[in-house]
Amino acid sequence: MGIVTPGFFGKHREADPKLPPGQYETKDFPVLSAGPTPNIHAGEWQFSITNESGDVKRWTWDEFMALPIETVDTDIHCVTRWSKFGTSWRGVSLDTLFADVETDAGYTMAHSYGGYTTNVPLEDLLDGKAWVAFEFGGEPLDPEHGGPARLLVPHLYFWKSAKWITGLTMHETDELGFWEVNGYHAYGDPWKEQRYYYDS
Amino acid sequence: MKWEVADVVAIHEETPTARTLMLRIPGWAGALAGQHIDIRLTAPDGYQAARSYSLSSAASDELAAVSVELMPDGEVSPYLVRGISVGDQLEVIGPLGGWFVWRPEQQEPIRMIGGGSGVAPLVSILRTHIASGNTAPVSLLYSVRSPEFVYFRDELESLTASAGGEVTIQYTRHAPPAWQGTLGRLDAARITEWADAGTAASGAGAAAPSTYICGPTRFVELASDALVASGVDPMTIRTERFGGA
Repeated sequence: MGIVTPGFFGKHREADPKLPPGQYETKDFPVLSAGPTPNIHAGEWQFSITNESGDVKRWTWDEFMALPIETVDTDIHCVTRWSKFGTSWRGVSLDTLFADVETDAGYTMAHSYGGYTTNVPLEDLLDGKAWVAFEFGGEPLDPEHGGPARLLVPHLYFWKSAKWITGLTMHETDELGFWEVNGYHAYGDPWKEQRYYYDS
Repeated sequence: MKWEVADVVAIHEETPTARTLMLRIPGWAGALAGQHIDIRLTAPDGYQAARSYSLSSAASDELAAVSVELMPDGEVSPYLVRGISVGDQLEVIGPLGGWFVWRPEQQEPIRMIGGGSGVAPLVSILRTHIASGNTAPVSLLYSVRSPEFVYFRDELESLTASAGGEVTIQYTRHAPPAWQGTLGRLDAARITEWADAGTAASGAGAAAPSTYICGPTRFVELASDALVASGVDPMTIRTERFGGA
């Protein structure tokens, strides 16, 4: 612990085991975006997975909606230090999307409308750990929160849950995405407080 | 990079609900204009709370300046705005952030839109622009409730003038006496009109401007949507949002 700040006592007196270190709970849903919010209609939206050989699996919105849809209740943790408990999403599991993808590569890059990217190891997307979500709190996902669809990887800091997602590409090595090049951690585990590039 | 113990060496009452803290940070080697620092407070029982604050100081300044707006239900800001005194110490880490930044080697015109306390990193860009001798045209559109809530009130006009630019203040609720400008919330038409006037002033053949927008989420959404709708390339717009949506 650091120096004591005279006269500071804080508000959240009880340690909440659901709260990762350095986070505080908010009931709001703040927005972290690097630029303007892209305006993508469901009709033009598409999602693809491209493996290391260049083979592409592609889904339109309608094809995507015909896949098995799961409900996900989870806490989310933003690198800017807020956490939000008990959020409710609907989306398609990455296990479903990867079912017919042939790959030996261990890393993915998530690509978003607007040109943003973020890197996630493949193992963090499989085994029920990640979804492409299109509904939040029973409503279509707002554009400023990533609608029509965003990646949902709740066990990592939330910038990894790429907004306005349009595809994943497979890579043999862990390359850095847009957010990681600009100072955020390559992996982003909230429980290890991996916020910035210099965190171990 | 690690947490450092900073000394509060000066405090300036910015508005009735905001203060600027001048911090001396061990090993501080300056920052990029637009970056932020995290400030951490520790209670006697070890409980800690940390928040991020944009720097308003110039990139090369020896002291780091942050402006803190009082959040009525906040945990850290009430202490920083009402509690802390010159001579007290705080823990800080930074500078942080690699995207919402301006570098003196950038030669294209700079267009900045700030809402409320969101003007702080834009003032860092202004100050850095002046200190570096950069000659790129710069303009600032600043939306604020009323005159007493204007951050950097005494410096804003002279800073923008020194940078060879212009500040346009949009008062949303109350304007100063004899105010000639418009009153009320910014809308898409007003933002587009301001941006077009800036483009015209830069002259034909000027490079496409870089735009920096900082403020509450709703404000940033409105301003960036307006510019994109008027044909501005989204990749030239950098944004920093705060508050819930």
